[in-house]
Amino acid sequence: MSASSTDPSLAHKRGEQRLVLLLLAPSLAVVGCLLIVPLCWLVWQSVRQDGAFTLAHYARFFSDAVYWTTFLQTFRIAFIVTAATVLLGYPIAYVAAGASRRWSIFILAMVILPFWTSVLVRAYAWLILLQRRGLVNSVLTDFGLIQNPLALVNNELGTVIATVHILLPFMVLPLYATMQKIPAELTMAGASLGGTPFYVFTRVFLPLSLPGVVAGMVLVFVLTLGFYITPELLGGGRTYMVSMLVSRNIEVYNEWGAASSISIVLLACVFLVFRLASLIIPFERIMGAR
Amino acid sequence: MSLSRIILYVVVGLILVWLMVPVLIIVPMSFSGARFLAFPPPSWSLRWYEAYLESAAWMQATRVSLILAVSSAIIATVLGTAAAYALNLSTSRLVRSLQVVLLLPLVVPIVITAVGVFLVYANVGLLATMSGLILANVMLGLPFVIISVLTGLRKFDPAQEMVSRSLGMNRLRTFFIVTLPQIRPSVISGLLFAFISALDETVVAIFISGGEYQTLTKRMFTALRDEIDPTIAAISTLLTAISFLMVILVSLSARTAPRKNADA
Repeated sequence: MSASSTDPSLAHKRGEQRLVLLLLAPSLAVVGCLLIVPLCWLVWQSVRQDGAFTLAHYARFFSDAVYWTTFLQTFRIAFIVTAATVLLGYPIAYVAAGASRRWSIFILAMVILPFWTSVLVRAYAWLILLQRRGLVNSVLTDFGLIQNPLALVNNELGTVIATVHILLPFMVLPLYATMQKIPAELTMAGASLGGTPFYVFTRVFLPLSLPGVVAGMVLVFVLTLGFYITPELLGGGRTYMVSMLVSRNIEVYNEWGAASSISIVLLACVFLVFRLASLIIPFERIMGAR
Repeated sequence: MSLSRIILYVVVGLILVWLMVPVLIIVPMSFSGARFLAFPPPSWSLRWYEAYLESAAWMQATRVSLILAVSSAIIATVLGTAAAYALNLSTSRLVRSLQVVLLLPLVVPIVITAVGVFLVYANVGLLATMSGLILANVMLGLPFVIISVLTGLRKFDPAQEMVSRSLGMNRLRTFFIVTLPQIRPSVISGLLFAFISALDETVVAIFISGGEYQTLTKRMFTALRDEIDPTIAAISTLLTAISFLMVILVSLSARTAPRKNADA
């Protein structure tokens, strides 16, 4: 509730509106100049070639195999990462939400500390852990589980492992926020009415936690679509994601038209996912702003 | 305790270990005496920290990153707090949609943001400049501040502002004396989040920073593409230590009860 709603005076209301816009103006100017304007610029560039209108940059999505295989690989990785973060994140959030205060703080700390650690540092750590003579391979060899070192990095597997690690907190935190609000009385009531723990979980707890699952999945999926550092460092040149296609077209080929059209299609995918998700759960809630 | 509970706890314990190991593994690596990154390190030394401290290039990059992180966090906090206050004040539909615009930097894939900022900067001559870097990171930090401060403002009772104003204090003084002290924890966590986001930001820096004004992360990224140099383990350990410190500060600021009166 705003303070003005109790004051019906029109002049006051107008003053209030002016204040709101004045306070918003600097932030809007920064986001407008550095994000909105360039995005419009990218749209414009994506349909221009040698000073004339063209759809050639978009036509390449149908003719050039690299384009759609990159998009396919990116979406496949995004699906795998999303599924993996749900599978790993749900039990963490579930235990944290049901634990005593001290334990839930401890569990959340273990989630939040990596969350605040640089993505670059974590990608580097995985590079160390997963390389041919890295910790994982040497432990497995020492225990006699494998004869030859596994190829864990410089491929899609390494990219997925690091991406799941980086994005898992984005799944756990909205899940925990949702689960924490589920009243314990509800599951107790279910149990006292004779439901088995499994029955109570699937019929009472799980449905109530779904908004958190959706919020986490949307965040993780969308963030994976735009991932750049992990595939670049851990993909070994074989894992090609859309972000890399954009940067290559600029850095290597200086192809602004191509880079623009790829960016716009990627952005459209991201907005589409948010649009679909907003049918179930509002955007502000996904972003944690509500 | 039932068997399924025990299995659940063991599984969760393993996942948490899996979450923490990569963050912690770089610490022993950074004290290795060897050139290659074997674990456990064959010998211990401080040579990679020395290599880092003695390198003029790494030192310059560290300076750039620290100045960048501090100044963009402060600017983002001032702008973002003002914006969050306005967003909380208004219920109009237009303002709701402006909120979505202000959160956009968080959802637009970072490469696209980087390309966009590069385009603008190439035209106005802000490439490879400090002010360009700061401005870009202000934009990236804004959503964190706005989300954090909005959460704080929702818990704040606006009636207190009305009381203060009916007693003759103007809006600005009311904000600083009545409102700000009570939302201080969320402003501080927004500030720290913006700081760490700017310190760790890599992709935009790859596109727009250069020459004298290369950030630490850009240098690290470039070095990592070529070889796995243990100096990076030393720098990574320092960056992680800063991150941990920030988490501790955030939880401390959330715990201290806001003072009732800033005049005291």
